[in-house]
Amino acid sequence: MKTEHYRILEKSKITDFLDKLNTISKVAAPVYKGFNNYAFQTIKSAEEVSLKYIPTVIPPKKYFLPTNESLLEFSLGNELKVEPTVEYENLILFGVHTCDIAGIRCLNMVLSDKPKDTAYLIRKKHITIIGLECNDYCDEFASCAFVGAHLPTTGYDLMFTELEDYFIVHIHSSKGSDIIEKTGLFKPAQTISMEELKALREKKSAIFNNEIPTERRYLPDLFDRSFNASIWKELEQKCLSCGNCTAVCPTCYCFDIKENVDLSLKVGERYRVWFSCQLDPFAKVAGGIDFRRERSARQRHRFYRKFRYHIDRYGMVFCTGCGRCSRTCMAGIKLKEVLTSLIRESEAKIWRKWL
Amino acid sequence: MAKVVIKDSPYNLKKAKILDIKPLTEKEKLFKLVFEDKTWLDFEPGQFIMVSLMGIGEIPISVCSSPLNRHYFEICVRAVGKVTNSLHKLNGGDIIGVRGPYGNGFPIKMIEGHDLLIIAGGLGIAPLRSLILYSIDNRRDFGEIHILFGCKTPGELLFEEEIEEWSKRLDIHFACTVDRADPDWKGNVGLITSLIPGVDLDPTNTYAAVVGPPVMYKFVIKELLAKGLPVDQILLSFERHMKCGMGKCGRCQIQNLYCCKDGPVFTFKEIMDMAEAL
Repeated sequence: MKTEHYRILEKSKITDFLDKLNTISKVAAPVYKGFNNYAFQTIKSAEEVSLKYIPTVIPPKKYFLPTNESLLEFSLGNELKVEPTVEYENLILFGVHTCDIAGIRCLNMVLSDKPKDTAYLIRKKHITIIGLECNDYCDEFASCAFVGAHLPTTGYDLMFTELEDYFIVHIHSSKGSDIIEKTGLFKPAQTISMEELKALREKKSAIFNNEIPTERRYLPDLFDRSFNASIWKELEQKCLSCGNCTAVCPTCYCFDIKENVDLSLKVGERYRVWFSCQLDPFAKVAGGIDFRRERSARQRHRFYRKFRYHIDRYGMVFCTGCGRCSRTCMAGIKLKEVLTSLIRESEAKIWRKWL
Repeated sequence: MAKVVIKDSPYNLKKAKILDIKPLTEKEKLFKLVFEDKTWLDFEPGQFIMVSLMGIGEIPISVCSSPLNRHYFEICVRAVGKVTNSLHKLNGGDIIGVRGPYGNGFPIKMIEGHDLLIIAGGLGIAPLRSLILYSIDNRRDFGEIHILFGCKTPGELLFEEEIEEWSKRLDIHFACTVDRADPDWKGNVGLITSLIPGVDLDPTNTYAAVVGPPVMYKFVIKELLAKGLPVDQILLSFERHMKCGMGKCGRCQIQNLYCCKDGPVFTFKEIMDMAEAL
């Protein structure tokens, strides 16, 4: 922690800061929508922003991988005329929690893997991320400490941490320092504020305890033993196969590709749209064979994609511990409970082997 | 929102002109294609391309011609869905969009120097035809070549002329069977598995390439294992509904494998312990 990479913003100046930010470019931030729901949306003024919020219903992945995105524009006719396009805009995301930053890092990993997703990379380049550290749990669904997403590491341009009566801001990129300069509201950090930040992190390490009774490094092993665990059959009874869990997941990126023809019948677009492994047609092929027909297999697939498969492929756990899937599930399937059940069952198996 | 054209988008298409369409059966047609820019489709037997009809959709189809043919490439299409039915309505000279090739094909370099047993069920002959034509073009690099081909009825027999040619060749052992015969049928009747015990092969020196409907694999593999073929010398090609072809959209995932990127050709060893594969 180098003091010169930190700045101070008085709490009273946060509205000034947000309003100034809004003059630099479009700003999206968490806004309260009622019934304990929050959403990232573009703001007109600072008053709309909620600094204290539980994870938004839809994560900020929607700015990186829009729900509906045009891939090609084409004209119909004998001549094949296609133009691959991308739509982007300069956008500042303010108030992104560390779990959602971890989610964006997961998406980066997948979509910059070869062959690269050009559209995603262009869009990403135009987004600035200003993080906001959580000093306490948002609610009981979070499991961010388990996956290590409760502390800021990388993936942001600026990181705001709320201390007693000011914000301490970490500058992580030149994009970030440009904002500091342009808004002109920040003071250099002193040694004392660095100490206060350290004290906060220590306090946090007492608050954020591993929420799952195992460690991250044992995940591959746990899941290698759990393919036929009884919990999947239990989920079969519960799951409604609605696909909410994948829609709200910050690391779910599966999509379908569809066509839209204009009413003029002269032009059209090919677009991709979010899709879900929980839904019926996802793993179906021509002739109607479905390779994941059972809901238990679909739920298992979701968990293995978060905690097993991508560890081999990308070296990352694809769960950020945000808790959205548990918060949104109509059937009350809770990620922490599922993992705990897997651990209990596999422990019992190991013991039986030794006895 | 600013909008820009990205020519290097992985979803960009190349124009392919239909040189010729040949009906093979009631449901299947063979399309002879060439790129408008005169470039060559550089692919391996078993790889697939994404075929586009603008306004209708895009589908994965395996290339069924020899990779050594530099004049054109071919796809064999069964009319089952929206895109395939529309493809069937096209005429010679029409332009379609193509991107690819994608995936891992049959490991030719590994197969060369060994005997090759090809087992095709129905439309499974399409990707295997590419391998057969390649092995005929490079006949001296392979040991014995056995081809077993099965389909439901004589009317569904694909590539009839070529089959006749293959069955006459002295350097290929060819056998064909139908599940249900008609009065004119003079060949074998029975499931494709009934042909396997009769093949005279050296199991440790043989690679088997199997493509067919999902239900066929289990029974064929059982016969091949009974013959003594090692699990890593049984090659299978899987059908999934790939949407992107680049390991992103998730549609073709079999546990930790992406059919489009890691497959569609897998060894039996790779998938033998995997649920959801077969």
